[in-house]
Amino acid sequence: MKETELAIVGAGPAGLSAAIEAASAGVQVTLVDENRRPGGQLFKQIHKFFGSKEHYASVRGFDIGTKLLGEVEKRGVEVMLDSVVWGIFGTHVLGIIHDQKNTYLRAQKVLLATGAIENALAFPGWTLPGVMGAGAIQTLMNINRVLPGRKAIMIGSGNVGLIVSYQLLQAGAQVVAVVEAAPKIGGYGVHASKLRRNGVPILTSTTIKEAKGEERVERAILIELDQDWNEIPGTEKEYEVDVICLAVGLSPLSELAWMAGCQFEYIPELGGHVPIHDLNMQTTVPGIYVAGDLSGIEEASTAMEEGKLAGIAIAEALGYLSPGEAKIKKEAVSKRLDSFRTGPFGEAVRKAKARLQRRGEAK
Amino acid sequence: MRIKEHPILGKLEKEPTVEIEVDGEVIRAIPGEPIAAALLAAGKNVFRYTRKLHEPRSVFCAIGRCTDCMMIVDGVPNVRTCVTPVRAGMKIQTQHGLGEFKERTQ
Amino acid sequence: MTLEKDGVLSPEELAKLPGIPSAERLERGAVAVIECAQKIPCNPCEEACPAGAIQVGEPITNLPVLDSDKCTGCGLCIPVCPGMAIFVVDMTYSDREATVQLPYEFLPLPRKGELVTALDREGKAVCSARVVNVRNPKKFDHTVVITIAVPKDQAMNVRNIALAWRR
Repeated sequence: MKETELAIVGAGPAGLSAAIEAASAGVQVTLVDENRRPGGQLFKQIHKFFGSKEHYASVRGFDIGTKLLGEVEKRGVEVMLDSVVWGIFGTHVLGIIHDQKNTYLRAQKVLLATGAIENALAFPGWTLPGVMGAGAIQTLMNINRVLPGRKAIMIGSGNVGLIVSYQLLQAGAQVVAVVEAAPKIGGYGVHASKLRRNGVPILTSTTIKEAKGEERVERAILIELDQDWNEIPGTEKEYEVDVICLAVGLSPLSELAWMAGCQFEYIPELGGHVPIHDLNMQTTVPGIYVAGDLSGIEEASTAMEEGKLAGIAIAEALGYLSPGEAKIKKEAVSKRLDSFRTGPFGEAVRKAKARLQRRGEAK
Repeated sequence: MRIKEHPILGKLEKEPTVEIEVDGEVIRAIPGEPIAAALLAAGKNVFRYTRKLHEPRSVFCAIGRCTDCMMIVDGVPNVRTCVTPVRAGMKIQTQHGLGEFKERTQ
Repeated sequence: MTLEKDGVLSPEELAKLPGIPSAERLERGAVAVIECAQKIPCNPCEEACPAGAIQVGEPITNLPVLDSDKCTGCGLCIPVCPGMAIFVVDMTYSDREATVQLPYEFLPLPRKGELVTALDREGKAVCSARVVNVRNPKKFDHTVVITIAVPKDQAMNVRNIALAWRR
């Protein structure tokens, strides 16, 4: 059986960052990803990131992705692409399918960095062609350079909904409205302002009631909500659209963590069921770590930092870094994570993560 | 519709030089792109129909997780077109229902 | 009209921001107008300013404070703001006109001398504007800075130009 010291499942920002840290310390790293190319969701982020210089502020997501890939290649990390990790057993064996053939990989330590999947919102007509996730249309536009329609409506005003709406305009589509069920806008004011000054209305206390069309979406019917989130009859409005994007949150892709026996906690602020982990990103199963959206829905910037944290902790656990060296490195990362998780948007996540990690430390 | 010019991504350099067949019709695709992208660029909206109610379906998640985009590719059903790259001469068909797997012969 | 409910800063919200220069400073010439109103961890504007006129400090969620006496209106802060929230206004452009420098990330780009429709923060067309300059160097990383000339009374109102299909 093939063996490695650290197997990382998922080559997105968290996985790549962990690979860089661990390999820098001397760990033998095998990075496994089911996609044809590494980078996770990073390469479709064509906007400039926020934060400080160390967080790559003002750098576009895909440029950060290119930097990370270069760093991984420099360190001779083994990267297995088109490889689906279908199972995790014992301590610790991964079942991997590549090119229709099955192989096993034994690893001393495993980092699960499998990211998240978009939530669905069910309403009559939601299965019609043309109704898709906001991330889905982002992939089609920014990676595949294809627009599946010309007139879009965005359901959800969190940062994903606002950013993807702006990117729809950049791709040459029209956005007839951003629809938000809550009474206020979910994402950053600046993202909303960019849309408003391009004439895109943001309709709060509104939701989608139905999508209509024969072989594809042709119309979206919106309805207003009262302060108890009930539909107000008679307030229906019809919009002619050929794309309906759903930006209603993300949920961690946690199958492997469940299978490995990790304990979970249900934390709405982090996207639902998240694996309990300590300050070293280690789960309740010794030797299995998590980082990125799997450990709690956040952003690419925090995924990179958590990946670094996991990489450093694993290098320490394998004896490649002394406790002293590891402590200094971890403190630098924690400082950056804390500075990112501040302000009215970051506070809720910081508190939720602290709660989760306190449980992890207690085990 | 293909996005030929983009304010951040620049000009689309790759040309659609690969010929694939979709329900008997020949369309051109960019080498290496997912089947779903080529179909959407060519204006094809429906990828399959559901088994019971014959409802039209197409791309939903675009990252190979939801299976809404499945079609029959070179005779094999349930192929996720959003993560499967095109190949010259590929034959793609709208899938009706669950599809049939041919018996494997030894 | 509030930022939280409509996505548009009201005049009251704008007036409170530490990144907005005084009317008196605006009258003296080109100066930055930083319409950053929420505590988000972010500080590339502070890093980019060659005159040290923008202060964020620690924690980096602080709203950027503009030292309008130090500000020369060079506009280097405009393309680095990930929120596209910084503009430069020059009330001294001519007797009747002021210029507004704004960030723009769409195609097609307007050309110098072209007449375009100028929009306010709600995307409403408020006046015609003449494109005075289009800056698109590599270092701006695809955030183009467009300078338009507008009637003086629109200088603190105009924040965008219409997309091609609306022009």
